[in-house]
Amino acid sequence: MVDVRGVHKAFGTLRVLRGVDLRVRAGEVVVILGPSGSGKSTLLRSINHLERLDRGFVRIDGELVGYRRSGGRLRELTEREVLRQRVHIGFVFQDFHLFPHLTVRENLVEAPVSARRVPRRVAEARAAALLARVGLADKADAYPRRLSGGQQQRVAIARALALEPKVLLFDEPTSALDPELVGEVLDVIRDLARAGTTMLIVTHEIGFAREVADRVVFMDGGLIVEEGPPEQVLDAPRHARTRAFLSKAL
Amino acid sequence: MSGSVTRDAAGGRAARREDGEEPDGLPIVPARHYGRWVAALVVLVLLAQFVHGLVTNPGWDWETFFDYLFAESVLRALWLTVQLTAYGTVIGFSLGVLLALMRLSGSPLLRGVAWGYVWAFRSIPLIVQLLFWFNLAYLYRELGLGIPFGPVFWRFETLHLVGAMSAAVLGLALHQAAYAAEIVRGGIIAVDPGQREAAAALGIPRARQLRRIVLPQAMRGILPNAANEIVSLFKGTSIVSVMAIGELFYRVQVIYGRNGRVVPLLMVATFWYIVLTTLLSLAQARVERYFARGVGRTRPRAAWRRALARLPRLPRLAAAARRPAAGAPAAEGPATQRGAA
Repeated sequence: MVDVRGVHKAFGTLRVLRGVDLRVRAGEVVVILGPSGSGKSTLLRSINHLERLDRGFVRIDGELVGYRRSGGRLRELTEREVLRQRVHIGFVFQDFHLFPHLTVRENLVEAPVSARRVPRRVAEARAAALLARVGLADKADAYPRRLSGGQQQRVAIARALALEPKVLLFDEPTSALDPELVGEVLDVIRDLARAGTTMLIVTHEIGFAREVADRVVFMDGGLIVEEGPPEQVLDAPRHARTRAFLSKAL
Repeated sequence: MSGSVTRDAAGGRAARREDGEEPDGLPIVPARHYGRWVAALVVLVLLAQFVHGLVTNPGWDWETFFDYLFAESVLRALWLTVQLTAYGTVIGFSLGVLLALMRLSGSPLLRGVAWGYVWAFRSIPLIVQLLFWFNLAYLYRELGLGIPFGPVFWRFETLHLVGAMSAAVLGLALHQAAYAAEIVRGGIIAVDPGQREAAAALGIPRARQLRRIVLPQAMRGILPNAANEIVSLFKGTSIVSVMAIGELFYRVQVIYGRNGRVVPLLMVATFWYIVLTTLLSLAQARVERYFARGVGRTRPRAAWRRALARLPRLPRLAAAARRPAAGAPAAEGPATQRGAA
Protein backbone atom coordinates (compact mmCIF):
# COMPACT_ATOMS: atom_id res chain seq x y z
CA MET A 1 0.00 0.00 0.00
CA VAL A 2 2.64 2.49 1.12
CA ASP A 3 6.10 1.99 -0.30
CA VAL A 4 8.89 4.34 0.85
CA ARG A 5 12.27 3.77 -0.83
CA GLY A 6 15.61 5.35 -0.07
CA VAL A 7 14.13 8.69 0.97
CA HIS A 8 16.63 11.48 1.70
CA LYS A 9 15.72 14.94 2.89
CA ALA A 10 17.88 17.80 4.13
CA PHE A 11 16.94 21.25 5.39
CA GLY A 12 19.98 23.27 4.41
CA THR A 13 22.91 21.39 5.89
CA LEU A 14 20.75 19.47 8.35
CA ARG A 15 20.20 15.95 7.00
CA VAL A 16 16.88 14.92 8.46
CA LEU A 17 16.22 11.73 6.48
CA ARG A 18 19.19 9.67 5.36
CA GLY A 19 17.78 6.87 3.28
CA VAL A 20 14.55 5.53 4.75
CA ASP A 21 12.88 2.36 3.46
CA LEU A 22 9.47 1.44 4.74
CA ARG A 23 6.62 -0.71 3.45
CA VAL A 24 3.11 -0.73 4.87
CA ARG A 25 0.59 -3.37 3.75
CA ALA A 26 -3.11 -2.65 3.32
CA GLY A 27 -4.91 -2.77 6.65
CA GLU A 28 -1.67 -2.63 8.62
CA VAL A 29 -1.10 -0.25 11.54
CA VAL A 30 2.50 0.94 11.81
CA VAL A 31 3.63 3.06 14.75
CA ILE A 32 6.80 5.13 14.39
CA LEU A 33 8.71 5.87 17.59
CA GLY A 34 11.89 7.80 18.11
CA PRO A 35 13.48 10.77 19.89
CA SER A 36 12.73 14.33 18.76
CA GLY A 37 14.68 15.26 15.67
CA SER A 38 14.92 11.67 14.49
CA GLY A 39 12.97 12.53 11.32
CA LYS A 40 9.63 10.87 12.17
CA SER A 41 7.47 13.86 11.29
CA THR A 42 9.50 14.68 8.19
CA LEU A 43 9.06 11.12 6.98
CA LEU A 44 5.32 11.37 7.44
CA ARG A 45 5.20 14.74 5.68
CA SER A 46 7.26 13.37 2.79
CA ILE A 47 4.73 10.60 2.24
CA ASN A 48 2.00 13.05 1.19
CA HIS A 49 4.57 15.37 -0.41
CA LEU A 50 4.17 18.24 2.06
CA GLU A 51 7.98 18.03 1.91
CA ARG A 52 9.82 17.58 -1.38
CA LEU A 53 12.27 14.72 -1.40
CA ASP A 54 15.93 15.14 -2.24
CA ARG A 55 16.30 11.51 -3.24
CA GLY A 56 14.21 8.35 -3.26
CA PHE A 57 10.50 8.03 -3.84
CA VAL A 58 7.16 7.20 -2.25
CA ARG A 59 4.48 5.07 -3.84
CA ILE A 60 0.90 4.70 -2.66
CA ASP A 61 -0.95 1.79 -4.22
CA GLY A 62 1.71 1.63 -6.89
CA GLU A 63 1.35 5.30 -7.84
CA LEU A 64 4.35 7.60 -7.38
CA VAL A 65 3.60 10.56 -5.09
CA GLY A 66 4.72 13.96 -6.36
CA TYR A 67 6.51 12.64 -9.44
CA ARG A 68 5.83 11.02 -12.77
CA ARG A 69 8.13 8.59 -14.46
CA SER A 70 9.04 9.68 -17.94
CA GLY A 71 11.87 7.95 -19.71
CA GLY A 72 14.75 7.57 -17.32
CA ARG A 73 13.75 10.39 -14.98
CA LEU A 74 11.24 11.43 -12.37
CA ARG A 75 9.43 14.59 -13.36
CA GLU A 76 7.98 16.68 -10.58
CA LEU A 77 4.20 17.02 -10.78
CA THR A 78 2.47 20.38 -10.74
CA GLU A 79 0.80 21.42 -7.53
CA ARG A 80 -2.61 20.70 -9.01
CA GLU A 81 -1.64 17.07 -9.67
CA VAL A 82 -0.13 16.67 -6.22
CA LEU A 83 -3.29 18.05 -4.66
CA ARG A 84 -5.27 15.41 -6.52
CA GLN A 85 -3.02 12.68 -5.12
CA ARG A 86 -3.32 13.95 -1.57
CA VAL A 87 -7.04 13.21 -1.61
CA HIS A 88 -6.07 9.55 -1.11
CA ILE A 89 -3.75 10.27 1.83
CA GLY A 90 -5.41 11.42 5.03
CA PHE A 91 -3.25 13.54 7.33
CA VAL A 92 -3.91 14.38 10.99
CA PHE A 93 -1.78 17.19 12.41
CA GLN A 94 -0.44 17.56 15.91
CA ASP A 95 -2.14 20.98 16.23
CA PHE A 96 -5.37 19.88 14.50
CA HIS A 97 -5.37 22.81 12.02
CA LEU A 98 -9.14 22.87 11.81
CA PHE A 99 -10.50 25.82 9.85
CA PRO A 100 -11.63 28.12 12.67
CA HIS A 101 -14.00 30.25 10.60
CA LEU A 102 -15.98 27.22 9.42
CA THR A 103 -18.32 25.11 11.52
CA VAL A 104 -17.44 21.51 12.25
CA ARG A 105 -19.77 20.32 9.49
CA GLU A 106 -18.27 22.77 6.98
CA ASN A 107 -14.80 21.55 7.96
CA LEU A 108 -15.83 18.02 7.03
CA VAL A 109 -17.70 18.92 3.86
CA GLU A 110 -15.19 21.34 2.33
CA ALA A 111 -12.64 18.91 0.89
CA PRO A 112 -15.03 16.24 -0.44
CA VAL A 113 -17.04 18.92 -2.24
CA SER A 114 -14.15 20.95 -3.64
CA ALA A 115 -11.52 18.25 -4.20
CA ARG A 116 -13.63 15.18 -4.97
CA ARG A 117 -16.72 16.86 -6.41
CA VAL A 118 -19.01 14.93 -4.09
CA PRO A 119 -22.52 16.48 -4.08
CA ARG A 120 -22.96 18.65 -1.01
CA ARG A 121 -25.93 16.67 0.29
CA VAL A 122 -24.01 13.41 0.11
CA ALA A 123 -20.99 15.00 1.79
CA GLU A 124 -23.17 16.37 4.60
CA ALA A 125 -24.79 13.01 5.23
CA ARG A 126 -21.35 11.44 5.34
CA ALA A 127 -20.11 14.15 7.67
CA ALA A 128 -22.97 13.43 10.07
CA ALA A 129 -22.14 9.72 10.03
CA LEU A 130 -18.43 10.40 10.65
CA LEU A 131 -19.18 12.78 13.52
CA ALA A 132 -21.35 10.11 15.09
CA ARG A 133 -18.48 7.67 14.68
CA VAL A 134 -16.08 9.92 16.62
CA GLY A 135 -18.79 10.65 19.20
CA LEU A 136 -19.48 14.27 18.25
CA ALA A 137 -22.83 14.03 16.48
CA ASP A 138 -24.16 17.02 18.43
CA LYS A 139 -21.27 19.35 17.54
CA ALA A 140 -21.87 19.71 13.80
CA ASP A 141 -22.86 23.37 14.06
CA ALA A 142 -20.20 24.40 16.58
CA TYR A 143 -17.11 26.38 15.64
CA PRO A 144 -13.88 24.43 16.32
CA ARG A 145 -12.45 26.86 18.89
CA ARG A 146 -15.47 26.25 21.08
CA LEU A 147 -14.52 22.59 21.45
CA SER A 148 -11.96 21.02 23.76
CA GLY A 149 -8.61 19.93 22.32
CA GLY A 150 -9.64 16.28 22.34
CA GLN A 151 -12.87 17.07 20.53
CA GLN A 152 -11.02 19.18 17.98
CA GLN A 153 -8.63 16.35 17.23
CA ARG A 154 -11.53 13.94 16.80
CA VAL A 155 -13.08 16.38 14.32
CA ALA A 156 -9.74 16.55 12.52
CA ILE A 157 -9.70 12.75 12.23
CA ALA A 158 -13.26 12.79 10.90
CA ARG A 159 -12.24 15.49 8.41
CA ALA A 160 -9.41 13.29 7.12
CA LEU A 161 -11.74 10.29 6.89
CA ALA A 162 -14.31 12.30 4.92
CA LEU A 163 -12.16 11.88 1.80
CA GLU A 164 -12.15 8.09 2.21
CA PRO A 165 -8.37 7.95 1.99
CA LYS A 166 -6.41 4.79 1.27
CA VAL A 167 -4.07 5.49 4.16
CA LEU A 168 -4.19 7.73 7.23
CA LEU A 169 -1.08 9.46 8.56
CA PHE A 170 -1.04 10.72 12.16
CA ASP A 171 1.63 13.23 13.20
CA GLU A 172 1.73 13.04 17.02
CA PRO A 173 -2.04 13.29 17.28
CA THR A 174 -2.10 13.51 21.09
CA SER A 175 0.99 15.63 21.81
CA ALA A 176 -0.93 18.92 21.99
CA LEU A 177 -3.55 17.53 24.35
CA ASP A 178 -4.01 17.63 28.11
CA PRO A 179 -3.36 14.16 29.56
CA GLU A 180 -7.00 13.58 30.43
CA LEU A 181 -8.04 14.20 26.80
CA VAL A 182 -5.53 11.81 25.23
CA GLY A 183 -7.71 8.77 25.87
CA GLU A 184 -10.70 9.91 23.81
CA VAL A 185 -8.50 10.46 20.73
CA LEU A 186 -6.70 7.14 21.15
CA ASP A 187 -10.11 5.43 21.44
CA VAL A 188 -11.05 6.76 18.01
CA ILE A 189 -7.77 5.60 16.46
CA ARG A 190 -8.18 2.20 18.13
CA ASP A 191 -11.63 1.84 16.52
CA LEU A 192 -10.14 2.72 13.14
CA ALA A 193 -7.46 0.07 13.62
CA ARG A 194 -10.11 -2.53 14.41
CA ALA A 195 -12.00 -1.54 11.26
CA GLY A 196 -8.92 -2.37 9.17
CA THR A 197 -7.81 1.17 8.26
CA THR A 198 -4.24 1.41 6.97
CA MET A 199 -2.45 3.79 9.32
CA LEU A 200 0.98 5.23 9.98
CA ILE A 201 1.17 6.81 13.41
CA VAL A 202 3.95 8.92 14.88
CA THR A 203 3.42 9.02 18.63
CA HIS A 204 5.07 9.07 22.03
CA GLU A 205 2.37 6.89 23.59
CA ILE A 206 4.30 3.66 23.94
CA GLY A 207 1.51 1.81 25.72
CA PHE A 208 -0.80 2.67 22.87
CA ALA A 209 1.79 1.53 20.33
CA ARG A 210 1.99 -1.85 22.03
CA GLU A 211 -1.77 -2.17 21.90
CA VAL A 212 -2.68 -1.13 18.34
CA ALA A 213 0.47 -1.53 16.27
CA ASP A 214 0.95 -4.48 13.96
CA ARG A 215 4.49 -3.27 13.61
CA VAL A 216 6.64 -0.75 15.48
CA VAL A 217 9.35 1.21 13.70
CA PHE A 218 12.07 2.91 15.72
CA MET A 219 13.83 5.85 14.07
CA ASP A 220 16.95 7.72 15.11
CA GLY A 221 19.20 10.15 13.27
CA GLY A 222 17.14 10.05 10.07
CA LEU A 223 17.28 6.27 9.75
CA ILE A 224 15.11 3.34 10.70
CA VAL A 225 17.13 1.62 13.40
CA GLU A 226 14.86 -1.26 14.18
CA GLU A 227 11.42 -2.55 13.25
CA GLY A 228 9.20 -5.48 14.07
CA PRO A 229 6.14 -6.58 16.02
CA PRO A 230 5.56 -4.45 19.14
CA GLU A 231 6.42 -7.21 21.62
CA GLN A 232 9.80 -7.64 19.95
CA VAL A 233 10.77 -3.96 19.51
CA LEU A 234 9.30 -2.74 22.79
CA ASP A 235 10.06 -5.66 25.09
CA ALA A 236 13.20 -7.13 23.60
CA PRO A 237 14.85 -4.38 21.56
CA ARG A 238 17.95 -5.53 19.74
CA HIS A 239 19.51 -2.16 19.22
CA ALA A 240 21.23 -0.18 21.97
CA ARG A 241 19.65 3.10 20.89
CA THR A 242 16.17 1.61 21.02
CA ARG A 243 16.89 0.29 24.52
CA ALA A 244 18.17 3.71 25.64
CA PHE A 245 15.07 5.46 24.25
CA LEU A 246 12.64 3.03 25.79
CA SER A 247 14.29 3.11 29.19
CA LYS A 248 13.86 6.88 29.22
CA ALA A 249 10.36 6.88 27.81
CA LEU A 250 8.84 4.27 30.12
CA MET B 1 -33.13 43.15 53.39
CA SER B 2 -29.88 43.15 51.52
CA GLY B 3 -28.55 45.51 54.19
CA SER B 4 -29.22 42.94 56.85
CA VAL B 5 -27.37 40.33 54.84
CA THR B 6 -24.36 42.64 54.55
CA ARG B 7 -24.40 43.38 58.24
CA ASP B 8 -24.56 39.70 58.98
CA ALA B 9 -21.64 39.18 56.66
CA ALA B 10 -19.63 41.91 58.37
CA GLY B 11 -20.36 40.31 61.69
CA GLY B 12 -19.33 36.98 60.27
CA ARG B 13 -16.10 38.49 58.96
CA ALA B 14 -15.26 39.85 62.41
CA ALA B 15 -16.00 36.50 63.93
CA ARG B 16 -13.91 34.80 61.31
CA ARG B 17 -10.90 37.01 61.72
CA GLU B 18 -10.88 36.01 65.35
CA ASP B 19 -11.20 32.39 64.38
CA GLY B 20 -8.55 32.77 61.67
CA GLU B 21 -10.81 31.00 59.13
CA GLU B 22 -11.02 31.56 55.37
CA PRO B 23 -13.23 34.47 54.14
CA ASP B 24 -15.53 32.49 51.87
CA GLY B 25 -19.05 33.62 51.07
CA LEU B 26 -18.44 37.29 51.96
CA PRO B 27 -19.81 40.00 49.62
CA ILE B 28 -17.20 41.75 47.49
CA VAL B 29 -17.09 45.57 47.43
CA PRO B 30 -15.53 46.92 44.19
CA ALA B 31 -12.48 49.19 44.60
CA ARG B 32 -13.25 52.94 44.54
CA HIS B 33 -11.28 55.04 42.02
CA TYR B 34 -11.28 58.56 43.49
CA GLY B 35 -8.69 59.78 40.96
CA ARG B 36 -10.96 58.75 38.10
CA TRP B 37 -13.86 60.73 39.56
CA VAL B 38 -11.75 63.89 39.77
CA ALA B 39 -10.50 63.42 36.20
CA ALA B 40 -14.05 62.83 34.96
CA LEU B 41 -15.17 66.07 36.63
CA VAL B 42 -12.37 68.07 34.98
CA VAL B 43 -13.18 66.62 31.57
CA LEU B 44 -16.89 67.34 32.00
CA VAL B 45 -16.21 71.01 32.87
CA LEU B 46 -13.95 71.39 29.79
CA LEU B 47 -16.61 69.77 27.57
CA ALA B 48 -19.29 72.08 28.94
CA GLN B 49 -17.09 75.10 28.19
CA PHE B 50 -16.57 73.88 24.63
CA VAL B 51 -20.28 73.33 23.98
CA HIS B 52 -21.08 76.71 25.54
CA GLY B 53 -18.64 78.36 23.14
CA LEU B 54 -20.18 76.60 20.13
CA VAL B 55 -23.63 77.88 21.05
CA THR B 56 -22.85 81.44 22.14
CA ASN B 57 -19.99 82.53 19.85
CA PRO B 58 -21.58 84.37 16.87
CA GLY B 59 -18.49 83.57 14.74
CA TRP B 60 -19.83 80.06 14.06
CA ASP B 61 -22.78 81.65 12.27
CA TRP B 62 -25.13 78.66 12.62
CA GLU B 63 -27.75 80.35 10.47
CA THR B 64 -25.57 80.25 7.37
CA PHE B 65 -24.53 76.73 8.32
CA PHE B 66 -28.13 75.50 8.24
CA ASP B 67 -28.83 77.49 5.06
CA TYR B 68 -26.21 75.52 3.17
CA LEU B 69 -26.24 72.20 5.02
CA PHE B 70 -28.91 70.68 2.77
CA ALA B 71 -28.48 73.02 -0.21
CA GLU B 72 -28.81 71.15 -3.49
CA SER B 73 -25.36 72.12 -4.75
CA VAL B 74 -23.79 70.85 -1.53
CA LEU B 75 -25.69 67.56 -1.66
CA ARG B 76 -24.75 67.05 -5.30
CA ALA B 77 -21.10 67.70 -4.41
CA LEU B 78 -21.41 65.25 -1.53
CA TRP B 79 -22.72 62.60 -3.91
CA LEU B 80 -19.74 63.16 -6.19
CA THR B 81 -17.40 62.73 -3.22
CA VAL B 82 -19.13 59.47 -2.34
CA GLN B 83 -18.77 58.28 -5.93
CA LEU B 84 -15.07 59.13 -6.04
CA THR B 85 -14.58 57.21 -2.79
CA ALA B 86 -16.55 54.22 -4.05
CA TYR B 87 -14.67 54.01 -7.34
CA GLY B 88 -11.33 54.51 -5.62
CA THR B 89 -12.12 51.81 -3.08
CA VAL B 90 -13.52 49.19 -5.44
CA ILE B 91 -10.93 49.58 -8.19
CA GLY B 92 -8.12 50.23 -5.74
CA PHE B 93 -8.79 47.17 -3.60
CA SER B 94 -9.46 44.86 -6.57
CA LEU B 95 -6.14 45.83 -8.05
CA GLY B 96 -4.63 45.67 -4.57
CA VAL B 97 -5.70 42.04 -4.06
CA LEU B 98 -4.24 41.16 -7.44
CA LEU B 99 -0.94 42.88 -6.58
CA ALA B 100 -0.82 41.19 -3.18
CA LEU B 101 -1.27 37.76 -4.79
CA MET B 102 1.41 38.62 -7.34
CA ARG B 103 3.80 39.53 -4.54
CA LEU B 104 3.11 36.20 -2.85
CA SER B 105 3.41 34.17 -6.05
CA GLY B 106 6.23 31.80 -6.88
CA SER B 107 7.22 33.71 -9.99
CA PRO B 108 10.08 36.18 -9.44
CA LEU B 109 8.85 38.29 -12.36
CA LEU B 110 5.34 38.72 -10.94
CA ARG B 111 6.81 39.40 -7.50
CA GLY B 112 9.15 41.99 -8.94
CA VAL B 113 6.48 43.76 -10.97
CA ALA B 114 4.15 43.97 -7.99
CA TRP B 115 6.95 45.25 -5.80
CA GLY B 116 7.85 47.83 -8.42
CA TYR B 117 4.26 49.00 -8.68
CA VAL B 118 3.95 49.49 -4.94
CA TRP B 119 7.32 51.22 -4.83
CA ALA B 120 6.42 53.63 -7.66
CA PHE B 121 2.94 54.55 -6.55
CA ARG B 122 3.91 55.01 -2.93
CA SER B 123 6.80 57.23 -3.98
CA ILE B 124 4.83 59.66 -6.13
CA PRO B 125 2.71 62.19 -4.23
CA LEU B 126 -0.96 61.74 -5.01
CA ILE B 127 -1.39 65.31 -6.16
CA VAL B 128 1.46 64.99 -8.66
CA GLN B 129 -0.06 61.80 -9.98
CA LEU B 130 -3.50 63.34 -10.35
CA LEU B 131 -2.13 66.25 -12.36
CA PHE B 132 -0.16 63.78 -14.43
CA TRP B 133 -3.27 61.77 -15.39
CA PHE B 134 -5.09 65.02 -15.99
CA ASN B 135 -2.41 65.93 -18.55
CA LEU B 136 -2.12 62.49 -20.11
CA ALA B 137 -3.29 63.82 -23.48
CA TYR B 138 -0.08 65.84 -23.63
CA LEU B 139 1.97 62.61 -23.67
CA TYR B 140 -0.30 60.30 -25.65
CA ARG B 141 -2.66 61.98 -28.04
CA GLU B 142 -4.41 58.70 -28.86
CA LEU B 143 -4.96 55.46 -26.99
CA GLY B 144 -5.75 52.23 -28.84
CA LEU B 145 -6.81 48.66 -28.16
CA GLY B 146 -5.22 45.91 -30.21
CA ILE B 147 -2.44 43.35 -30.35
CA PRO B 148 0.69 44.47 -28.51
CA PHE B 149 3.24 45.80 -31.03
CA GLY B 150 0.76 44.74 -33.77
CA PRO B 151 -2.32 46.19 -35.40
CA VAL B 152 -4.66 48.45 -33.40
CA PHE B 153 -8.41 47.85 -33.63
CA TRP B 154 -9.91 50.67 -31.61
CA ARG B 155 -8.54 54.17 -31.24
CA PHE B 156 -9.62 56.84 -28.81
CA GLU B 157 -8.64 60.43 -28.47
CA THR B 158 -7.05 60.71 -25.06
CA LEU B 159 -8.51 64.13 -24.44
CA HIS B 160 -12.06 62.75 -24.72
CA LEU B 161 -11.35 59.47 -22.95
CA VAL B 162 -9.56 60.85 -19.88
CA GLY B 163 -11.60 63.77 -18.65
CA ALA B 164 -11.13 65.39 -15.25
CA MET B 165 -13.38 62.86 -13.54
CA SER B 166 -11.73 59.76 -14.99
CA ALA B 167 -8.31 61.25 -14.32
CA ALA B 168 -9.36 61.68 -10.70
CA VAL B 169 -10.72 58.13 -10.42
CA LEU B 170 -7.66 56.72 -12.14
CA GLY B 171 -5.27 58.61 -9.89
CA LEU B 172 -7.10 57.79 -6.66
CA ALA B 173 -7.58 54.12 -7.57
CA LEU B 174 -4.01 53.48 -8.69
CA HIS B 175 -2.66 55.24 -5.62
CA GLN B 176 -5.04 53.30 -3.40
CA ALA B 177 -4.07 50.00 -5.02
CA ALA B 178 -0.47 50.33 -3.86
CA TYR B 179 -1.53 50.75 -0.23
CA ALA B 180 -4.31 48.15 -0.52
CA ALA B 181 -1.80 45.62 -1.88
CA GLU B 182 0.35 45.91 1.22
CA ILE B 183 -2.64 45.73 3.56
CA VAL B 184 -4.00 42.62 1.86
CA ARG B 185 -0.58 41.00 1.80
CA GLY B 186 -0.18 41.75 5.50
CA GLY B 187 -3.50 40.06 6.21
CA ILE B 188 -2.61 36.99 4.19
CA ILE B 189 0.81 36.40 5.72
CA ALA B 190 -0.66 36.77 9.20
CA VAL B 191 -2.82 33.65 8.68
CA ASP B 192 -1.33 30.58 10.37
CA PRO B 193 0.64 28.70 7.67
CA GLY B 194 -0.81 25.51 9.14
CA GLN B 195 -4.15 26.49 7.64
CA ARG B 196 -2.76 26.49 4.15
CA GLU B 197 -0.93 23.25 4.86
CA ALA B 198 -4.07 21.56 6.18
CA ALA B 199 -5.95 22.66 3.07
CA ALA B 200 -3.16 21.31 0.90
CA ALA B 201 -3.13 18.02 2.79
CA LEU B 202 -6.86 17.70 2.08
CA GLY B 203 -6.25 18.25 -1.62
CA ILE B 204 -8.38 21.40 -1.78
CA PRO B 205 -7.60 23.19 -5.09
CA ARG B 206 -5.36 26.24 -4.83
CA ALA B 207 -7.81 28.94 -5.82
CA ARG B 208 -10.31 27.46 -3.42
CA GLN B 209 -7.71 27.34 -0.60
CA LEU B 210 -7.25 31.03 -1.03
CA ARG B 211 -10.89 31.99 -1.37
CA ARG B 212 -12.39 29.70 1.20
CA ILE B 213 -9.65 29.13 3.77
CA VAL B 214 -7.02 31.88 3.70
CA LEU B 215 -8.80 35.09 2.68
CA PRO B 216 -11.71 34.85 5.15
CA GLN B 217 -9.17 34.52 7.95
CA ALA B 218 -6.96 37.23 6.49
CA MET B 219 -9.97 39.56 6.48
CA ARG B 220 -9.65 40.00 10.23
CA GLY B 221 -6.25 41.57 9.80
CA ILE B 222 -7.18 43.41 6.63
CA LEU B 223 -10.41 45.07 7.76
CA PRO B 224 -9.26 47.63 10.34
CA ASN B 225 -6.51 48.86 8.03
CA ALA B 226 -8.78 48.80 4.99
CA ALA B 227 -11.40 50.84 6.83
CA ASN B 228 -8.68 53.33 7.74
CA GLU B 229 -7.75 53.59 4.08
CA ILE B 230 -11.34 54.05 2.92
CA VAL B 231 -11.94 56.79 5.48
CA SER B 232 -8.75 58.57 4.55
CA LEU B 233 -9.58 58.16 0.85
CA PHE B 234 -13.02 59.62 1.51
CA LYS B 235 -11.56 62.72 3.09
CA GLY B 236 -8.60 62.65 0.72
CA THR B 237 -10.90 63.09 -2.27
CA SER B 238 -10.83 66.78 -1.36
CA ILE B 239 -7.43 66.80 -3.04
CA VAL B 240 -9.04 66.49 -6.48
CA SER B 241 -10.42 69.99 -5.98
CA VAL B 242 -7.14 71.06 -7.63
CA MET B 243 -8.60 69.71 -10.87
CA ALA B 244 -11.75 71.84 -10.46
CA ILE B 245 -13.94 68.79 -9.89
CA GLY B 246 -17.07 69.79 -8.04
CA GLU B 247 -16.74 67.51 -5.04
CA LEU B 248 -17.72 68.58 -1.55
CA PHE B 249 -14.67 70.59 -0.56
CA TYR B 250 -14.39 72.32 -3.95
CA ARG B 251 -18.08 73.28 -3.87
CA VAL B 252 -17.79 74.70 -0.36
CA GLN B 253 -14.74 76.70 -1.37
CA VAL B 254 -16.63 78.13 -4.34
CA ILE B 255 -19.52 79.16 -2.10
CA TYR B 256 -17.41 80.89 0.54
CA GLY B 257 -15.39 82.51 -2.21
CA ARG B 258 -18.64 84.13 -3.23
CA ASN B 259 -20.16 85.06 0.13
CA GLY B 260 -17.10 85.22 2.37
CA ARG B 261 -18.64 83.03 5.13
CA VAL B 262 -15.65 80.76 5.47
CA VAL B 263 -16.20 79.17 8.90
CA PRO B 264 -19.85 78.11 8.58
CA LEU B 265 -19.23 76.62 5.15
CA LEU B 266 -16.19 74.72 6.35
CA MET B 267 -18.47 73.43 9.11
CA VAL B 268 -20.93 72.25 6.46
CA ALA B 269 -18.18 70.20 4.82
CA THR B 270 -16.97 68.99 8.22
CA PHE B 271 -20.48 67.91 9.16
CA TRP B 272 -20.86 65.74 6.07
CA TYR B 273 -17.38 64.27 6.37
CA ILE B 274 -18.19 63.31 9.96
CA VAL B 275 -21.58 61.83 9.10
CA LEU B 276 -20.22 59.63 6.33
CA THR B 277 -17.17 58.56 8.33
CA THR B 278 -19.49 57.56 11.17
CA LEU B 279 -21.57 55.45 8.80
CA LEU B 280 -18.40 53.81 7.51
CA SER B 281 -17.23 53.05 11.05
CA LEU B 282 -20.56 51.46 11.89
CA ALA B 283 -20.39 49.33 8.76
CA GLN B 284 -16.81 48.38 9.66
CA ALA B 285 -17.88 47.15 13.09
CA ARG B 286 -20.57 44.95 11.55
CA VAL B 287 -18.31 43.43 8.93
CA GLU B 288 -15.59 42.81 11.52
CA ARG B 289 -18.07 41.03 13.73
CA TYR B 290 -19.03 38.80 10.81
CA PHE B 291 -15.42 37.76 10.19
CA ALA B 292 -14.81 37.25 13.91
CA ARG B 293 -17.14 34.24 14.00
CA GLY B 294 -15.36 31.17 15.23
CA VAL B 295 -12.42 33.17 16.62
CA GLY B 296 -13.18 33.12 20.34
CA ARG B 297 -14.88 30.57 22.50
CA THR B 298 -18.06 32.66 22.54
CA ARG B 299 -20.09 34.35 19.82
CA PRO B 300 -18.83 37.91 19.07
CA ARG B 301 -21.25 40.58 20.26
CA ALA B 302 -21.85 44.17 19.15
CA ALA B 303 -19.95 46.87 21.04
CA TRP B 304 -23.10 48.39 22.49
CA ARG B 305 -24.18 45.02 23.86
CA ARG B 306 -20.80 44.57 25.48
CA ALA B 307 -21.04 48.09 26.94
CA LEU B 308 -24.43 47.23 28.40
CA ALA B 309 -23.07 44.06 29.92
CA ARG B 310 -20.28 46.07 31.48
CA LEU B 311 -22.73 48.32 33.33
CA PRO B 312 -23.18 45.90 36.18
CA ARG B 313 -25.08 48.21 38.44
CA LEU B 314 -28.14 48.77 36.28
CA PRO B 315 -29.12 45.12 35.90
CA ARG B 316 -28.32 44.50 39.53
CA LEU B 317 -30.66 47.33 40.54
CA ALA B 318 -33.27 45.97 38.19
CA ALA B 319 -32.85 42.52 39.69
CA ALA B 320 -33.10 43.95 43.20
CA ALA B 321 -36.28 45.76 42.26
CA ARG B 322 -37.72 42.57 40.80
CA ARG B 323 -36.77 40.29 43.65
CA PRO B 324 -39.28 41.21 46.39
CA ALA B 325 -42.14 40.83 43.94
CA ALA B 326 -40.98 37.42 42.77
CA GLY B 327 -41.10 35.32 45.89
CA ALA B 328 -39.77 37.48 48.72
CA PRO B 329 -39.48 34.64 51.23
CA ALA B 330 -37.05 32.78 48.97
CA ALA B 331 -34.79 35.85 48.60
CA GLU B 332 -34.68 36.32 52.34
CA GLY B 333 -34.46 32.60 52.76
CA PRO B 334 -32.04 30.74 54.94
CA ALA B 335 -29.78 29.91 51.99
CA THR B 336 -28.38 33.46 51.82
CA GLN B 337 -27.99 33.62 55.54
CA ARG B 338 -26.29 30.33 55.73
CA GLY B 339 -23.94 31.35 52.95
CA ALA B 340 -22.90 34.42 54.90
CA ALA B 341 -22.86 32.99 58.37
